[in-house]
Amino acid sequence: MRKQLRLSGSGGQGVITAAIILAEAAVSEGKQAVQSQSYGPEARGGASKSEVIIDDEKIFHPHVKAPDFVLAMTQKAADKYYSDLNSDGVLILDDDLVPNSPQFKNIIRVPITKLAVEKVGKALFANIVALGVLAKITKLVDFDTIKKSVAHRVPAHTVEQNMLALQLGFDAVK
Amino acid sequence: MLERSYEKFFRQNRLPHLWCPGCGNGIVMKAIVQAIEKKSGWTQDNTIIVSGIGCSSRASGYMDFDTLHTAHGRAIPFATGIKLARPDLNVVVITGDGDCTAIGGNHFIHGCRRNVDLTVILFNNNIYGMTGGQASPMTPLGKKATTAPYGSIDRPFDACKLAEAAGATYVARSTAFHVQHLVKMIEDGLDNAGFSFIEALVQCPTAYGRRNKIGEPAKMMAWMRDNAVMKNVWDKLPDDKKIGDKFPIGLFYKAETETYDEAYHHVIEMAGGAAK
Amino acid sequence: MSARLMQGNEAVAEGALKAGVRFFGGYPITPSTEIAESLAKMLPQVGGTFIQMEDEIASMGVILGASLTGKKVLTASSGPGISLKQELIGYAAAAEIPVVIVNVQRVGPSTGQPTAPSQGDVMQARWGTHGDHSIIVLSPWSVRESFDLAVKAVNYAERFRTPVILLMDEIVGHLRENVELPETVEIYPRRTPKISRAEGYEPYKPDADLVPNVANFGEGYHIHVTGLIHDETGFPVGSPKITREFIKRMHEKINIAADEIIEVHEEFMSDADYAVVSFGGTARTAYEAVLNARKRGVKVGFVRLITIFPFADKIIAELAKKVKGIVVAELNYGQIVNEVERAAAGQCKVQLCAKYDMTIFEPEEIEAAIDEVSGNA
Repeated sequence: MRKQLRLSGSGGQGVITAAIILAEAAVSEGKQAVQSQSYGPEARGGASKSEVIIDDEKIFHPHVKAPDFVLAMTQKAADKYYSDLNSDGVLILDDDLVPNSPQFKNIIRVPITKLAVEKVGKALFANIVALGVLAKITKLVDFDTIKKSVAHRVPAHTVEQNMLALQLGFDAVK
Repeated sequence: MLERSYEKFFRQNRLPHLWCPGCGNGIVMKAIVQAIEKKSGWTQDNTIIVSGIGCSSRASGYMDFDTLHTAHGRAIPFATGIKLARPDLNVVVITGDGDCTAIGGNHFIHGCRRNVDLTVILFNNNIYGMTGGQASPMTPLGKKATTAPYGSIDRPFDACKLAEAAGATYVARSTAFHVQHLVKMIEDGLDNAGFSFIEALVQCPTAYGRRNKIGEPAKMMAWMRDNAVMKNVWDKLPDDKKIGDKFPIGLFYKAETETYDEAYHHVIEMAGGAAK
Repeated sequence: MSARLMQGNEAVAEGALKAGVRFFGGYPITPSTEIAESLAKMLPQVGGTFIQMEDEIASMGVILGASLTGKKVLTASSGPGISLKQELIGYAAAAEIPVVIVNVQRVGPSTGQPTAPSQGDVMQARWGTHGDHSIIVLSPWSVRESFDLAVKAVNYAERFRTPVILLMDEIVGHLRENVELPETVEIYPRRTPKISRAEGYEPYKPDADLVPNVANFGEGYHIHVTGLIHDETGFPVGSPKITREFIKRMHEKINIAADEIIEVHEEFMSDADYAVVSFGGTARTAYEAVLNARKRGVKVGFVRLITIFPFADKIIAELAKKVKGIVVAELNYGQIVNEVERAAAGQCKVQLCAKYDMTIFEPEEIEAAIDEVSGNA
């Protein structure tokens, strides 16, 4: 069953890393995954978007159309990237950074960045909180697999904080 | 009669060379092989001659080593690749004033900066000789060239000061007139582990001397004799004597700093690839 | 080995390393930088050398110098950088120095759209440097194939002593997907002299395959290497005969092996009335377009150029005899379509499906072109 995700925000928020970890987790469970990205020429501050397709079959065309899930970490990203969502899809918004919800029926608001700052200590962990949120909502990959992928990808001395961030995101969705 | 032991360093079947009668390039080319001859451990099999494009850069074709006649201005990057790939080889670069300081200027300063263990000898004839006498970045102010028919208004580089400022660890100058001194300057450059730069003034009677009415080759060499001042004397000269065409020759700068290939060897050790 | 997620650019670095590349010189440029970054880390781990040079020209120069000592070498860049490298790509062709140049294409001309995908450098890959010369150009469509073609590019560079261009695009360069890489690959070793200096060795004397066995520097052969037209001794000569023979041999050493070098991926061709010809990242979309059209009953086949140059003249000529129409899908204003038209020589309709707006094709756009050529529109 093909599932398509779009993770968006601004450069430096780590949405591309979150997408890579999600795709890595899917691959380690034996699924097919492609991850692509587009961003401004600068490494920081520009608009940032990454797309993930997960399937049991081989994936050719890598571009996401009618995504099942869109994560938006800024108002600009929310306004720009929600419109082609699958009508049954889910729009996930950072509660503080996206004050105005776009007109869409299925929206989940989570204080992603706030959780990262207040509970983990740095906004830097917002992408991993978001990954926990996505794990809970999408149910595409087992949460334990995602934990392993996060531990594998992040610097060794930050594993504990990242695990906390991941769990916070996972628990923030009821 | 002196033994012409240096002759073995030349590809006799490639001679005579293409340089004009009276040209200074042959003097410097010979000085290079005489300097190499004095270096124990430097052989024709483990020494590579790399040149750019221009009159001086044709020297590589006459020298019996592995020789590389590169593209215009690019001798130093090629030489860097040879040295880093085979640090056991000795690499000598032959270049000209246009090749090294115009089209190859960026490579020159970055070669100095990295302190790759190369010896670069710039044959400075103050002009583009091969193409018939256009102005180079080392054509003196007011001198005529086919592209500066009213005299050059572009301020020239002092390539030695440039090399020192950019990080070369051996910088010297000599001339085609001061042959023994020139050999010594090159020899000491070969000895230096790091980026060594030697500017060798050469006369170009055809494209520079004639146009600037400096006269016959012998007169151009007499000009070198009369105006070159040894560094130790130059340093003691009051500023009001450092005038006219006077210029210093000798060793200008020497420093000991880790070479690029030594530094990269540490990178390999850190990465765990030393045994591979 | 189990599957893992890997990026196309990273797979190029892995492939190059596996093929024996031990020297990389480069300059940072989007979207190729990951190749340099990967090799900066990996090369010293195997005792190899990575160097970031002062510019793109120096990056070519440094690897050509290293190649002359016997190292297998690589550089990687994108449009603006590839334009600068052309000078020494020509040198590598003339002096017959093995070298692989990766071009991860982005939108041009000039600085263009630095992070957006394009396939606009196809003809530059063939003819970018001045003068008659021959060259090999390979283009992968997947992460695994980026690895495989990196290996192949290195082997071809060594075998034919020629520059080889691995023509990536941003689509594949930045794409991450499942990949399983082989533990070992076939390696073409550096060619070596067959006779000694004393026996009259000449570095540029061609072997039976028209490729010379040029000695490495530092092995006592005292060879001379130049970008001037030279005879078999390696020394420059101003002779019309030598010039003619040299330019001819440079082309023929590739031409006589063309059938072996040219690789084309075909699917759904047995009953096809129409075909979509594509390459690189665009072929992934073309494949879905063909699948979709097939579902609608259109008898269309899939033809993907893996080797871009030498161009698959014979295969396209055969194809043109067989089908009624060909769609050429490429992410540019129309480049490879001219090669297809030339090879098809009027035997069938050739329809360009071009796109040049920073975005990749959607399958529907290629399907529309299929419908147009097949009269279903």
